[in-house]
Amino acid sequence: MRTEDLIKTLAVDHTMDIAPARMLALAVLAGAVIATLVFAEMLGVRPDVDEAMHTVRFPFKFVVTITLAIAGLALVSRLERPGADWRAAARLLIIPALLIGAAVVLEMIVVPPSGWEPRMVGSNAMICLTAIPTIAVAPLAAILIAMRHAAPTAPVRAGAAAGLAAAAVAATLYASHCTDDSPLFVVIWYSIAIALVTAAGALLGSRLLRW
Amino acid sequence: MTAALDGDETAYRRLLTALTPILRANARRTLSRMGAPTVDAEDIVQETLLALHLHRHTWRRTDPIGPWVAAIARYKLVDVLRRRGRRAEVTIDDFVEALPAAADQEEELNRHQAVQLVGTLDGRQGEVVRAISVEGADIRETATKLGMSEGAVRVALHRGLKALAQLYKASER
Repeated sequence: MRTEDLIKTLAVDHTMDIAPARMLALAVLAGAVIATLVFAEMLGVRPDVDEAMHTVRFPFKFVVTITLAIAGLALVSRLERPGADWRAAARLLIIPALLIGAAVVLEMIVVPPSGWEPRMVGSNAMICLTAIPTIAVAPLAAILIAMRHAAPTAPVRAGAAAGLAAAAVAATLYASHCTDDSPLFVVIWYSIAIALVTAAGALLGSRLLRW
Repeated sequence: MTAALDGDETAYRRLLTALTPILRANARRTLSRMGAPTVDAEDIVQETLLALHLHRHTWRRTDPIGPWVAAIARYKLVDVLRRRGRRAEVTIDDFVEALPAAADQEEELNRHQAVQLVGTLDGRQGEVVRAISVEGADIRETATKLGMSEGAVRVALHRGLKALAQLYKASER
């Protein structure tokens, strides 16, 4: 086929897929709904949630995870469009990192050193490590499906961003169950769980996001 | 591009035609730097044009078009080179350099892959894509010839082009 003929053929085809932003919004919505159902079935919100909301540490977990989810999704929306400036979105990830970093420092000032270890170890580490990846499965699948519909030019990086965003959504849900509210716990165990899902996303991205 | 997205076929053809020599020069330069035969350039150009077309929904009207085209072109170039890297390739650098680089002649040499791939498209999609690309029919003529509605021809064409992109991706592995 001559290139000229190909161009003529392409010009005749007016069918265009739906905008990536809309597709991503639908995917996140669907993924979050399924994740919530999985979370409710598996763990559920902790019973003393009303009292916990009046503390500082419990609500602060959501500030961190929701900020991370927003930054992660912003990154996904850049990485799925060719030529979009993803570095600016990647810099947004500094915000949740600074938030949790500052909270860790404050916690270490407020709590005497003898209290650091018990708070860091907590009582839900294993649940945290299994629950966040499990809850993240549906949002990760949904975001990857949406990204396949777009055109990520760096599949591994795009997959990692999908994993990060899905893990942040899962961590937000899980945070409402977990009774370990210390930033010392969050910075260790949440980070490990989120890193696992991010790595899984990168691996899946390298296989599923090529076009 | 904005006009093209609004359905202006002439504007769209002009845009793709204007991009073609840039894509071709880019592909040739990269191939010769890699020591691969530059006769493959036209295949890369065609695959890139197809990719630009099928992913034009990922361009936002408020964004500059250049970085978007460049990112897709680069991705496709790397993709093709990666696929070809898996083949044992005899480098015939000097021989190729000596060949006349007349565009028509290279195009002539390179009809093969696209023709082959279009030839392997199945069923209605294949018939529609071949009628339009090889025989140069328009939507209405194709509909009449194949006894389909124009809507069905449009759907088959779009699916056929997507299938063609998949064939490119699967080829040479």
